[in-house]
Amino acid sequence: MKEQVPNPGNTPPASSKPAEDHRLRMVNRTMQLYRNQSHALIETLHTVQESFGFLEEGVLKYVAATLRVPLSRVYAVATFYHSFTLKPPGEHTCVICRGTACYIGGSGEILDDIREKVGIVSGETTPDGQVSLLVARCLGSCGLAPAGVFDGEVTGKLSPEVVLEKIGRWQTHDPQ
Amino acid sequence: MTLNSEDLHQIAKIEKDKQDGFQHRIHVCVAAGCLSCGSGVLMDALGKEVNRRGLDNWCQIKGVGCLGLCAEGPLISLATSGTYYQGVKVSDVSDILDALGGNPVGRLLCPADTAFFKRQVRIVTENCGRIDPERIEEYIAESGYESLYLALTQMTPPEVIEQVTRSGLRGRGGAGYPTGLKWTTVSKAISSTKFIICNADEGDPGAFMDRSVLESDPHRVIEGMAIAGYATGASQGYIYVRAEYPLAVKRVRLALAQAERLGVLGNNIFNTHFNFTIKVRLGAGAFVCGEETALIASIEGRMGRPRPRPPFPAEFGLWEHPTLINNVETFANVPPIIRKGGKWFAGIGTEKSKGTKVFALAGKIVNTGLIEIPMGTPLRDIVFAIGGGIPGGKGFKAVQTGGPSGGCIPEQFLDMPVDYDSLLQVGSIMGSGGMIVMDETSCMVDVAKFFMEFCMSESCGKCAPCRVGTRQIYDILCRITGNQSTPEDLAMLEDLCDLMKNTSLCGLGQSAPNPVLTTLKYFRDEYLSHIHDRTCLAGACKTVVEVS
Repeated sequence: MKEQVPNPGNTPPASSKPAEDHRLRMVNRTMQLYRNQSHALIETLHTVQESFGFLEEGVLKYVAATLRVPLSRVYAVATFYHSFTLKPPGEHTCVICRGTACYIGGSGEILDDIREKVGIVSGETTPDGQVSLLVARCLGSCGLAPAGVFDGEVTGKLSPEVVLEKIGRWQTHDPQ
Repeated sequence: MTLNSEDLHQIAKIEKDKQDGFQHRIHVCVAAGCLSCGSGVLMDALGKEVNRRGLDNWCQIKGVGCLGLCAEGPLISLATSGTYYQGVKVSDVSDILDALGGNPVGRLLCPADTAFFKRQVRIVTENCGRIDPERIEEYIAESGYESLYLALTQMTPPEVIEQVTRSGLRGRGGAGYPTGLKWTTVSKAISSTKFIICNADEGDPGAFMDRSVLESDPHRVIEGMAIAGYATGASQGYIYVRAEYPLAVKRVRLALAQAERLGVLGNNIFNTHFNFTIKVRLGAGAFVCGEETALIASIEGRMGRPRPRPPFPAEFGLWEHPTLINNVETFANVPPIIRKGGKWFAGIGTEKSKGTKVFALAGKIVNTGLIEIPMGTPLRDIVFAIGGGIPGGKGFKAVQTGGPSGGCIPEQFLDMPVDYDSLLQVGSIMGSGGMIVMDETSCMVDVAKFFMEFCMSESCGKCAPCRVGTRQIYDILCRITGNQSTPEDLAMLEDLCDLMKNTSLCGLGQSAPNPVLTTLKYFRDEYLSHIHDRTCLAGACKTVVEVS
């Protein structure tokens, strides 16, 4: 975490550059939509993650103060749900589905291969910051098992080779 | 703006006339399965080519919901001739248009007279693959919102509940609680504020029915919820849908906006005193939120942890008000029940399980995809006739139903009718409808381990039996598949399963041992060979023992 705001109160995090202002505006809009009521917490965290890419500590404190929710509860909710991440994502994201059909179809081997050859497991990012690996519970694309999502694009009928090649290309900036 | 029945008929008529104006109508499946193999690009290409040839008024290109046979996507259907094409590519566009009105393109033909299509009885999915899910007019043209009109203007709330009770509809989320009974309880609860919640937090890995229904026919669910609101006296609804289903979320939001604009949601619906609004809430990836009290906690913006029941949500639910929670598929069954009567619905299915059930067929099976069949269809027919059997000439081993809460059903029960009670008898559950087929290369201990790992990571941690039990069972299963187990482990495994089943707080913990228990019961030899002979009968687990 880069910005350590001691106690921001109801003020936006100090890191507000113009680009971030826009992101914060989205967050504010969600909170206002629910009239800053505490039950808007999860919806707000979705917006934070959507606009910032992850749940930044400074923003979490800001959300806690605005919705008048104890920071402990914000942290509890942020860590309870799998969709939320407290770490900044890499340049590219690779999601491998580990639903039942995909598991039976061999997604376990794909994950094993990524661990061995790329050196990351679910939730981690390569040291060069290029590729983040995530595991999905079920994409609902069971007919295409094993399936994955590469930078938002669902791809089915994967094999370890295809996935490793794709990750390799990301890491070497091969634009194909 | 308020609507009356003439307006509805008018909209339906305009829509029908518009469709009849086309000589040919090409339906492209744009549900998530086909989209991920390129049906979006295909639809654009078809549209462009039709436009280039100047056939805009002759041939309609329409994006529709799931056509069912997800394995062969992208799928398109020619509505006018009933032809299905499978695995269509952009390069096939010209040939398809050339063949309109003549002989179909042979190489793309998807046989539509097979058991996969013929054996299905479509109630919930009657509009899937036929209407454009992003246009309310098309839903109305298929008698949409007629049931709501009927209920509001010609039936009292008790009469609506009476029809639902008579239909014998049971909760499609898995447990099979009678829907009519649930509605009665909520309607009798005394409170000025009540809520309707649609549980679309389809967390079972391997299940995608709810997603498909929401993506293909969202208005059906909305109509079902509104009818439930009228019957129970609620005026606010929530759809709690997984954030992992972005397309479903988008289409539900669009459908809600259209319904509000037209006045089938909002105040004084159809000029009556009934008001009903629906909001969308996004799940955030927690399987336990499918449990109703955890789901309520999540809507309230808290951690999704269950609480002991009673009091049940029907009396003490969302923000402490009486709340009716039903699954997507349950609500989707309501409009046809009101339209055609409870008696009609009760005529389908078996004695105790009425109607149809949508299943998601996946795993080692030829026809993966979505099917809707009458309750009581034998398992053998589902796997071999409808599902097309096991690919690659491999042998059948088991069917897993009910996801992490269900069990593995072995070959000896293949002739069993699929309904709530039969599945329960063999140690599994109906669940939400995921059906994963396994062939001889799947190791059942490994499958049990897979589900236990799932439950372990999804356990909310509130009660000790589930939090600790899932971890311990998982460790034992790891030792067994890693060939480091002792014979005592088996007894310990059974003890732990029994303990978890009887002492866990909610359904997740109580049912988490099911995959282990059923595999122990029907595939005990696989456990024993791992423990005693250090071999995996299926050849799936690494057999080399590495003792450090």
